[in-house]
Amino acid sequence: MMELLAQTGLNAVYAASYISLVAVGLVLIFGVMGVVNFAHGELFMAGAYAIVALYADMHLPFFIAVPIGMLFVGLLGLVMEWGLFRPLKDNPLGGLVASIGFLMILQSLAVMGFGVRMEHIPPVTQEVVRFTDKVGLPVARLYVIVAAVVLLGALWYFLKRTRFGWALRASAQDPEAAALQGISITQTARIAMFIGAALAGVAGALTAPLVSVNPHMGHSVIVTAFIVIIVGGVGSLEGAIVASVVYAFVHTFVTTFWDGVLADIVGLMLMLVVLIVKPTGLFGSADRA
Amino acid sequence: MLKPLIFVLAAVALIALPHGLSFSQQEILVFLVINILLVTSYRLLTLTGEWSLGHVVIMGVGAYASALVSKELGVNVPVSILLGGITSALLAVLLSFPLFRMKGFYFLIGSFAAGEIIRLIWKRFREPFGGVRGISGIDPMPDFSLGFYSFDFFEPVSYYYFAGFVVMICLWVLWRIEKSPVGLTFHAVHWQDKLAQASGVNLRAYRTLAFAIASGFAGIAGALQGHYVGTVNPNSFDIEVMVFVLTWAIVGGTATFYGPILGCVLLTILNEIVLRELGFEQARPLIYGAIMILSILFLPNGLESIVQKVLPRKAAPSPERKAAA
Repeated sequence: MMELLAQTGLNAVYAASYISLVAVGLVLIFGVMGVVNFAHGELFMAGAYAIVALYADMHLPFFIAVPIGMLFVGLLGLVMEWGLFRPLKDNPLGGLVASIGFLMILQSLAVMGFGVRMEHIPPVTQEVVRFTDKVGLPVARLYVIVAAVVLLGALWYFLKRTRFGWALRASAQDPEAAALQGISITQTARIAMFIGAALAGVAGALTAPLVSVNPHMGHSVIVTAFIVIIVGGVGSLEGAIVASVVYAFVHTFVTTFWDGVLADIVGLMLMLVVLIVKPTGLFGSADRA
Repeated sequence: MLKPLIFVLAAVALIALPHGLSFSQQEILVFLVINILLVTSYRLLTLTGEWSLGHVVIMGVGAYASALVSKELGVNVPVSILLGGITSALLAVLLSFPLFRMKGFYFLIGSFAAGEIIRLIWKRFREPFGGVRGISGIDPMPDFSLGFYSFDFFEPVSYYYFAGFVVMICLWVLWRIEKSPVGLTFHAVHWQDKLAQASGVNLRAYRTLAFAIASGFAGIAGALQGHYVGTVNPNSFDIEVMVFVLTWAIVGGTATFYGPILGCVLLTILNEIVLRELGFEQARPLIYGAIMILSILFLPNGLESIVQKVLPRKAAPSPERKAAA
């Protein structure tokens, strides 16, 4: 029993890692630009397909394919900012509709380019870090955990310690005041969108060999990300990380001890309860990032 | 003189319409009629300023309820459709307690969560909802004859007439509701909520009423669909269908009664008939997504804004003026 608990805990840590990468990106975009990016799950999917193309088909080394995939999805984010979110800045439902449209475009591009079927990706490594006979952490999952810690640490340093980071947080708190201080709102939006998309992309790229890659994989990712950002408080990066961990543990344990559908119901219930009791979320406050 | 003539011509055109179409196009026509009711009921909810992402699941509630009462309890089919609508409306009243503690973006996400929970409950519990496969072998509408025309409900044309008749009545009721004092209050709740509240309007009660009415008609639409297709399952009411409803409403525009209908009809024709005929089977979502983006970029007030430019005298009064009335 102890071993099962420990193993489930390790699985939850892995889940929390990639969920927090996706959710933090979503929060960053919402905080700086004020739009809810419904296509965020499809950016995750695009990252996974970058690995299909570069690693599985073109046989590039995995650790070269991942940064390229991350960069590619970041560029997709720039395209969205330039083509959709900037022109629709003053339309409250605009960003929502446009990102749903973009989601459909990305999905059907994936279908046309790779087919509807699940992709087979050769495993990066078969090694497992063994703690006891029954408790182990596959090294491929360890990569995801390490990447999440490193990238989120770097993001934290960037936001709190660099001038660009200050500018980003300032325009999230009060765009007009930031603009009056000479901060280019367009520039900060571009950076936020690039980072947010790239984080979703790298999460997709790193987990691609571990999950079933198909054009519709973004759906469950975006649902999870929404639950996490609501529970954590929309606009709070720390909240998103804490909520990712909470959600990952609840979901993984309910899945292991009961079943997956029940885990989904519990996750959504968690979000509804937070919405009813404390709509600003666990870490919510007046400012947005 | 002109008005009755237009009315008669429109009626004749609607009755004659399916006879010029292929079988598969007739089937699309049936769904189109049902979807018109769905999107029009959705608009009633948006009148109060709330955008829900759970409307299609509420439609599914009507379909499941109608299927279950006709199959398990032996209720006659037209009656079961009405019961389906009532079930959806009652569930909406129940859901309004948690959901109307939220507004705007939070309501959007909250309604999505509530809808997904209902859908997952259908998936999880095989008794009585049939699990992932859902319910099949739903009783069809019993055939009957009017003397001059016999209805055979395995034929799409017959079902088109039946559904069309039901939908026409529902649309008429929805239209009357919107033009009634209650409907004007819905506008007030959206555009002048503080003023309305100060004038003694119970905002929460009117929001709930709009939600219940919209859900009831969505439930009828769902039941109509269930008895036509013969099966209901959780995946036929998922978020992708909701995205379509949202698109119809936004591309058509929600300031007028006909806006969402216009969006629904034109986009369905484009998606199901034009793109299919042209052979863009795989690229359909891509083109559809591009149309969504282009229309929100270049036509932010929807297709109805074009109609209003062409027919300036028929333009609806602005919501602010209605609210003040």
